[in-house]
Amino acid sequence: MNAPILEMKNITKEFPGVKALSDVSFQVAKGEIHCLVGENGAGKSTLMKILSGVYPHGNYNGDVIFNGRVQKFSGISDSEKAGIAIIYQELALIPEMTVYENIFLGHEIKNGLLIDWNETIKQAGEMLKKVNLDINPATKVRNLGVGKQQLVEIAKALSKDVKLLILDEPTSSLNETDSENLLALLRDLKHQGVTSIMISHKLKEVIEIADTITVLRDGQTVATLSKDEVTEHKLIKHMVGREINNIYPKREHKPSQEIVLEVKNWNAYHPTLGRAILKDVSFNLKKGEIIGFAGLIGSGRTELALSIFGNPDGYRLSGELFINGIKKQFHHPQDAIKTGIAYVTEDRKGDGLILIQDVKQNITLANLYKISQRGIVNNNAEIQVANQYKADLNIKTPSVEQKVSNLSGGNQQKVCLGKWLFVGPDILILDEPTRGIDVGAKYEIYTIMKDLVKQGMSIIMISSELPEVLGMSDRVYIVSAGKIAGELNAEEATQEKVMQLATN
Amino acid sequence: MTFFENAKKVLQQNIREYGMYIALFVIMVFFTITTNGTFISSRNIVNLINQTGYIAVLAVGMTLIIIIRQIDLSVGFLAGFLGAIAAIAMADPKVIPNGLNLPVYAVIPLTLSLGVMAGLITGFLVAQMKIPSFVASLAGWLIYRGAILVVTESTGTIIIANSAFNAIGNGFIPDIPDIGILPGVHKLTLLLGVVAVILLVINEFNNRRKKQSYNFEVLPTEIFALKLIFLAAIIGGITWILAGYQGLSWTAVIVLLVTLIYNFVMSQTVLGRHIYAIGGNPDAAELSGISVKKLVYVVFGSMGMLSALSGILFTSRLQSATTTAGTLFELDAIAAAYVGGVSAAGGVGKVVGSIIGALVMTSLTSGMNLMGIGISYQYIVRGAVLAAAVIFDVTTRGKN
Ligand SMILES: Nc1ncnc2c1ncn2[C@@H]1O[C@H](COP(=O)(O)OP(=O)(O)OP(=O)(O)O)[C@@H](O)[C@H]1O
Ligand SMILES: [Mg+2]
Repeated sequence: MNAPILEMKNITKEFPGVKALSDVSFQVAKGEIHCLVGENGAGKSTLMKILSGVYPHGNYNGDVIFNGRVQKFSGISDSEKAGIAIIYQELALIPEMTVYENIFLGHEIKNGLLIDWNETIKQAGEMLKKVNLDINPATKVRNLGVGKQQLVEIAKALSKDVKLLILDEPTSSLNETDSENLLALLRDLKHQGVTSIMISHKLKEVIEIADTITVLRDGQTVATLSKDEVTEHKLIKHMVGREINNIYPKREHKPSQEIVLEVKNWNAYHPTLGRAILKDVSFNLKKGEIIGFAGLIGSGRTELALSIFGNPDGYRLSGELFINGIKKQFHHPQDAIKTGIAYVTEDRKGDGLILIQDVKQNITLANLYKISQRGIVNNNAEIQVANQYKADLNIKTPSVEQKVSNLSGGNQQKVCLGKWLFVGPDILILDEPTRGIDVGAKYEIYTIMKDLVKQGMSIIMISSELPEVLGMSDRVYIVSAGKIAGELNAEEATQEKVMQLATN
Repeated sequence: MTFFENAKKVLQQNIREYGMYIALFVIMVFFTITTNGTFISSRNIVNLINQTGYIAVLAVGMTLIIIIRQIDLSVGFLAGFLGAIAAIAMADPKVIPNGLNLPVYAVIPLTLSLGVMAGLITGFLVAQMKIPSFVASLAGWLIYRGAILVVTESTGTIIIANSAFNAIGNGFIPDIPDIGILPGVHKLTLLLGVVAVILLVINEFNNRRKKQSYNFEVLPTEIFALKLIFLAAIIGGITWILAGYQGLSWTAVIVLLVTLIYNFVMSQTVLGRHIYAIGGNPDAAELSGISVKKLVYVVFGSMGMLSALSGILFTSRLQSATTTAGTLFELDAIAAAYVGGVSAAGGVGKVVGSIIGALVMTSLTSGMNLMGIGISYQYIVRGAVLAAAVIFDVTTRGKN
């Protein structure tokens, strides 16, 4: 093993009511790719925030030794100066600016007092080459897909002469190809001498890419494994502290033949984009059934869900929608909710949660009337309801009065789910329900889904993780460029078939 | 845990909330000392409350507006304009051309409805036409300013002769007939104060019992007792001060009612929750089945109504409608809301906080007036206090 570039010694970090890290030690060798795994709320992000100066020195106990020196960062700019760059799951680019402006934002190349745009564009081009991104640096970031934006973020980090690159769940919103690209890039960077730390819940890619893996559990380091000794099974066992053999719970229940939702010849036109986003879509959903929507990111699955769920973005729609055989037209999500449809968004921070409010307020938001009499909210009943979901979904939080912004990513996702379960829908649309969720919790969510359909709920699952779609669905619809490219039964659906249809 | 540890913990956890009360208290004590007690005299306190009234009701409405991430600059001149309309509606046509000679009980609902309508128009521009509220209400600011000048063009200041109307801003609630005890004290005010304390205590006990029945955490007993004593002392103290003069003013009654109603709606009802949700994350609120558009109308409509109320209070206090009525009210109301802890980012803020904010700002004016400090320095001090309050708010926010 090379000499360590980074050593974090006996790190302890407490938040009011939570000990996020207790006495964690963590070592990264120079030039390696080091993966950090662990359950939701294990403390991975917190550890990285300490390393990058988000939690300044004095805010935690223990030592951060980087490049052989004890570092006392008092902010991100300090850690950047030392050569550490962190890329968060939520991208931090400015959409209205061009790629080159974004790359050099904050450390502009100057010629005297003025910005030297020519040099900027030239160097931006070089950085883009380094991350294997073949685009015009003058493109606006808004016009790039998530995968490419992610690469721009990395280019930005590289432009700061980074020695240690930290990526917090970089692939969670990328499709397979983009993920592959990203992993290939990390290997490339490794050869150029950049050390990386990557947090991920996708254990396959972790095993594929890591030189060393550190497992955190409940704020403690439970194992450090080198790539030769690691297996997925072993990792899971360290992560959750027990064996998990099946990733998908057994399918024992058969959906009925009764159709609860049917969409016929459905078209949607996006007024601001100025083009059709859904073309002649038809599908149906039966009572007690789970159908999966597979497809590439950007294929129009979320737009399809939203267009059914009261069309909040104001697409121009045509076609027919039947709920329990009755033709419906929803003008607002409110109408859809009243008819028994719930939609769990893919973007929990953007349009799922109210981050400044607490867990209980988020859980009850979509169904406040249930805990109210004559328009007056019963605060105590609310706490009870929230505690119930906290227990059922195993949400890790010291209390339901904690602000959701203080929860770990995976636990925020569970709050989102709890919120819509409290509505008690007949039809539940889950958009990327397990994004950023650990293996144990994934299994819990799958089990909940199975229980719900057994009780007669019907579920539409949109997911970019093919194994999950195949493992859970009774039927799979493949969406490609706003059209239904095919429909497969659980028995006939394979990864190859789905991918072939999705990319056609 | 000892009593002091408990007290410290509760105070630390709620420093944001209690901070304002403490600030108000400190300011009042300061002025009481520097003016040798004149500041705390019954007469001055009544004045203070009546002066705060027309800003306080605006601050209440503005709180909701800022919570949903909007702003309304038109409220000042709207208040002034509607005050003038009310004056004209009541005026004798022989004195004021266009006067309608309407009775007070018709004029007030009429003015309030006009206010709601004006608010709905701003709401329409914001919700339906998607015009930024800053611009939409700036247009309103100009329009209502012009409108005041138009309706007062031929007359200039309109003097109001109606004594019932003028009592709103200057009068006091009647007293119960003299029964020989407590001479020189306003007995109905005293009685209301006692009733308020009793209701408060009952309410607090009920809440505590309900919480306990759910096995939820409640304040430690001593702290709970301390809180009750403290609140009772404040209400008692204010009651005593007011009762020693002419009792509760009508303005105070109106402001109290508005505060109670809005505070109840915002903290206890589904409507209030939805308003906070919209401010916290409009997209999430929309997807949760809350109609953002509808609530934008509701909030701007309520702002319009409170602007009308503010206009009534102000016109009545001056006993006349002037051509400059309402100037800068909007900024005073916005300042009061920010001093009271409303967050510019939306989703955070309390009605009671804004009332306290308004009291802080008028206390500063009143205190400095009594000390004989010039108006120029008053502006500077109030600006500094506004900045300090927001700094305190921002720095304590992260720690909660
Ligand atoms: N600002 C905060 N205030 C209070 N508690 C916090 C805060 N940030 C994190 N926590 C708590 O610290 C613990 C660790 O959180 P962290 O975000 O590091 O988890 P994680 O391992 O990254 O989880 P995930 O995989 O879900 O992202 C969690 O219990 C979380 O609730
Ligand atoms: Mg995390």
